[in-house]
Amino acid sequence: MPPTIAIEAEKLARRYGRRWALSDVSVRVAAGSVLMVAGRNGSGKSTLLRVIATAIRPDLGRVLVGGFDVVREREDVRRLTVLLGHQSYLYESLTARENLRVVTDHLGRGRESIDRVLDRVSLASRANDPVQTFSAGMRKRLSFARVLLQEPQIALLDEPYGQLDPEGFALVDQVVHELKARGVTVVMATHQVERVATLADAVIVLEAGKVQSTARGTTAC
Amino acid sequence: MLTAALRKELLLQWRTRAQLMAVFVFGAAALLLFSFAVGPNAEALRQFSAGFLWLGLLLSSTLTLAESFHEEMENRALEGLLLLPADPRALYYGKALANWLQLVILGVALVPVMVVLYDAGTIRVPMLLLVIILGTAGLSAPGTLYAAMTAQVRSKQTLLPLLLFPLIVPALLASVKATSLMILGDPMGQARSWISLLVAFDAIYWSLCGLLYARVVEE
Amino acid sequence: MSEMTAASPSRSLGRPLPGIILLAIAGYFGFVVALAEYHGATLSFGLGSGAQAAIAAILGVFGALYFLIADRLDSAPSLAYAISGLGVVCLLIGSYYGLFVAPPETYMGEVQRIMYVHVPTAWNALLGLTFAFLCAIVFLFRASWEWDARLEASIEVSVLLAFLLCCQGAIWAKPTWGVWWDWDPRLTTTAVLVFAFLGILALRRFVEDPMKRGIWSSVATIIAYVDVPIVYYSVKWWNSLHQQPSNPATVAKQFYLPLRMNAFGILFLMTGFMMLRARIAALRVQQELAPPPMIEPIGETV
Repeated sequence: MPPTIAIEAEKLARRYGRRWALSDVSVRVAAGSVLMVAGRNGSGKSTLLRVIATAIRPDLGRVLVGGFDVVREREDVRRLTVLLGHQSYLYESLTARENLRVVTDHLGRGRESIDRVLDRVSLASRANDPVQTFSAGMRKRLSFARVLLQEPQIALLDEPYGQLDPEGFALVDQVVHELKARGVTVVMATHQVERVATLADAVIVLEAGKVQSTARGTTAC
Repeated sequence: MLTAALRKELLLQWRTRAQLMAVFVFGAAALLLFSFAVGPNAEALRQFSAGFLWLGLLLSSTLTLAESFHEEMENRALEGLLLLPADPRALYYGKALANWLQLVILGVALVPVMVVLYDAGTIRVPMLLLVIILGTAGLSAPGTLYAAMTAQVRSKQTLLPLLLFPLIVPALLASVKATSLMILGDPMGQARSWISLLVAFDAIYWSLCGLLYARVVEE
Repeated sequence: MSEMTAASPSRSLGRPLPGIILLAIAGYFGFVVALAEYHGATLSFGLGSGAQAAIAAILGVFGALYFLIADRLDSAPSLAYAISGLGVVCLLIGSYYGLFVAPPETYMGEVQRIMYVHVPTAWNALLGLTFAFLCAIVFLFRASWEWDARLEASIEVSVLLAFLLCCQGAIWAKPTWGVWWDWDPRLTTTAVLVFAFLGILALRRFVEDPMKRGIWSSVATIIAYVDVPIVYYSVKWWNSLHQQPSNPATVAKQFYLPLRMNAFGILFLMTGFMMLRARIAALRVQQELAPPPMIEPIGETV
């Protein structure tokens, strides 16, 4: 039976050089819920997501994802989570399709879902173009495709609305709805506070690396 | 997963093959410049031809090795792979094997240049190929590890040769000696010993670097 | 964030006695016995000179190791100064005997006297690098700033010794062979090592994140250290096919008192310098980071 708490961070702290990007952050995220992480630039939102995704290690504190420790059971955490980060994780000289193929190959899966996912993010027409030729918005869509392809149990989205046009915004909304419907836990760091507030079950606000406030929102109708 | 990594590496290399061509030209130019250091003395050039070939290959390798991580770092693609999760060892061996292949191609391509510029031909072509294969393996293993390291810092161009060159001295010595024996003759059959040294060096570093790679690329 | 709750200890080591005992016994068999013999007395407890040398070497190394590992880097450096001072004294005595008392060698003459410094430097340079290798391995298993500081210190001091070794080799080679560098396998390996570890020191300068710096230099140290025997054998082979075999660095018949005194002298000096340098490295890391706990490991390393 899956644990009811998907993510549990306890007194999490992480520094970059002299600056503590996160200090004493404790948060619990229920499985299948949507958590919005708000805060100004530099408040630590990205760092928090990256620690949960095991991209970086915490300096102090403990983080459990799906019951697994992010430091000691890193691989297990990675199997559960997918990070949509600031960097696109794409290879410039490969095409969209090839980039996705790299993902399926490394996961040991077949190529069947690639076309479906490309279609979902409206990139089917550009599937065979090198990423080099893509605009910022298209790269974001491809990154989304990458996330969908991995079928995560926990999705960590860092500024998912960044660089997207209004159609893209709608796409993100739909995707988050779908993920939620599938029981995927979603953590979104975003500036689009009003928009996400309707989607989110809970909110935390970070300020200078510390949790400033939390709130339980109402679920969207 | 190694096949997945290798597939990606070969695909990337194929896409950026123009770069390899440019490095080959660099290597050939280096060989030409070396001959200027000696002068148009056919006999002397022939004596040193093996050394020049391997020095040229070594210098060229710093370019290809550094380049092999360029796209990995551009959009943090390497991190993206690690988070899938992908086994860092598979990623290392995929990259090291692909770099090895590139260096073998470079080495083989530079041989005719050596033959022409230094009058340094040999009939023992299979053995020469073996030396090139083993010698470049010795460059690729630690080179890939250090390239991963230095790709993440500034002054990457200076640090990679600085770290790599002292380390691969045994491989360089052995490769030069063995190649030289191919060209100038090997009456006492010494080439075998140098090749054994290369095999030992390769075995040690391909295993050691594979073990340590994860520590180098993880945050 | 936890602050340091205990006051900084003023004494460098909690228990210096074991280390002192080790070094005392080592010194006794190292040179007190030899000194006594030279002046006509016998104090060796019936042990042959080989056994004495072995005891002196092993205990000396372990004594130095004890001081290096047990030293608290946040304490006053007085013990480090004391050890360094002792090293200087040993060097002075050893050099006196080496320069003025020992007889000149039959074939090489006065030039051979440099061996009384050259050989001890060689032993200690290799010892220092081995300690660096140790620090690197420990750091990869247990990331603590102490071990990273020791790594930086041991690499720096060993590089210095190795560089001195090359200089001594050149000073010896010129009057003996007429050239500054005779491609002796040991010296050539040392030269390659100097470059290899200088590269690692350069790497440390260019990496800003302290954790990455520690891990990467540990990895690089392990790789470079494993290379040492390989480089040695390849150069030895490479050289043997060309010229006449180079002279060995040690001479068959030697007056071993100055050799041993200098060996201990440089060992103590090296230990003292490493202890001091490690303190500097630790202070620098402390400056770079917000107040870190000194001895606690940083998170966990897998």
